[in-house]
Amino acid sequence: MIHDFEYFAPKTLKEALALLDKYQDDCKVICGGQSLLVLMRQGLVAPPYMIDIKGISELSYIKDEKDGLKIGAITTHRAIEKSAVIKKKYPLLAKMETRLASIQTRNWGTIGGNVCHGDPAGDPAAVFIALGATFTMTGSKGKRSMPAEDFSLDYFETALEPGELLTEISVPPVPPKTGSAYYKFNVIESDLATASVAATVTLGAGDVCKDIRLALGASAPIPLRPKKAEAILKGKKITDALLKQAGEAAVKEAEPISDIYASEEYRRELIKVLVPRMTREAMDKAKKA
Amino acid sequence: MKKELKFKVNGQPYDIFVKPKTLLSEVLRDELGLTGTKRGCNSSSCGACTVMLNGMSVKSCSVLAIQANGAEVVTVEGLAKGNKLSPLQRAFLDHGSYQCGFCTPGMLMSSTALLTENPKPTKEEIREGIDGNICRCTGYNSIIRAVTAVVKGEYKEAK
Repeated sequence: MIHDFEYFAPKTLKEALALLDKYQDDCKVICGGQSLLVLMRQGLVAPPYMIDIKGISELSYIKDEKDGLKIGAITTHRAIEKSAVIKKKYPLLAKMETRLASIQTRNWGTIGGNVCHGDPAGDPAAVFIALGATFTMTGSKGKRSMPAEDFSLDYFETALEPGELLTEISVPPVPPKTGSAYYKFNVIESDLATASVAATVTLGAGDVCKDIRLALGASAPIPLRPKKAEAILKGKKITDALLKQAGEAAVKEAEPISDIYASEEYRRELIKVLVPRMTREAMDKAKKA
Repeated sequence: MKKELKFKVNGQPYDIFVKPKTLLSEVLRDELGLTGTKRGCNSSSCGACTVMLNGMSVKSCSVLAIQANGAEVVTVEGLAKGNKLSPLQRAFLDHGSYQCGFCTPGMLMSSTALLTENPKPTKEEIREGIDGNICRCTGYNSIIRAVTAVVKGEYKEAK
């Protein structure tokens, strides 16, 4: 049963920020509502005030600029999936979207809403971490930005302060000799991940791993960047033995839970297998890039 | 406090007042009496409540009705022109693409949205097009056959 709330539908960012300032912790922001309404129906979230930002058209855009890709926070999943420029320059992002929930959910749900929901099993967060994305938040006092991996603090908790709105996600241009891969393991196509792994590898001279970014989904209270696993591979020529070590290191950094979908042990096994597999796939793509 | 909701459903304009927490599926079924849209899981999983909102398929159990303000909604009742069924509806009948029939409105809306976007989908794209809809009788193949028949041009739009 959804509780009653007072509803506002601002048309501009300025109006939305004024409302957020006024209602602070008593309000909740809704856009597509594809995650929020599920929680509200279960009575887990019952805000007295609701600010609907779906109509703020200035926050819906995909721009391909010199310093990278800029995505407005209320851009729908479907718009990202179908964007010609994203398919061409950031194919992993488009591919991730095609496996996110269902078409109906992607038509109405938004990229910003997904990451602000703060579910560590969400697909976009892991991919954004692997792509080195930056999230920009706007409040009435101004803007601030942070790396995607710092945005989540705990299960369903983000770095957003009361009065702030996530407004833009930017993805840097892909460096030369770089490849990315993402895999989500789940049983039913439109489900959330049981566990997922994203990887980006940049190769240098002699195919040495110049840079690497890994991200684990549904493996910890937040979408996790396993830095110890990355350190095993960075600066070295990637071998099967090193990949195995990196997988084992990532398992140690992860803190997966047991639930109806999988036990903690099963999730750890998935991470152990998927970290080497995705790193190898990213490396193979980097060689061809 | 109730809010004004002005929108079109199946071409018919409505001007009603709803509580902001009301879901689109509730307005369609309980206020407008359009019970073709089914309330299945009511948690965004099954797709039985699928309708088209400004030409896009959405799960009406997971959209606030007030967000449809100013929009055009098409429900399964809006697919036929008078007593003439749409090509997909006729193909579903001919291919027995329903068993208990509960998922059928959602399946029809997802397939209609698919063919609106992509009139010549591959078999794989047809499968993807209905993957947000669950048929608990598991009659998926007959649905795919019906959509395929429409794609092949075996069913023309009724005049």
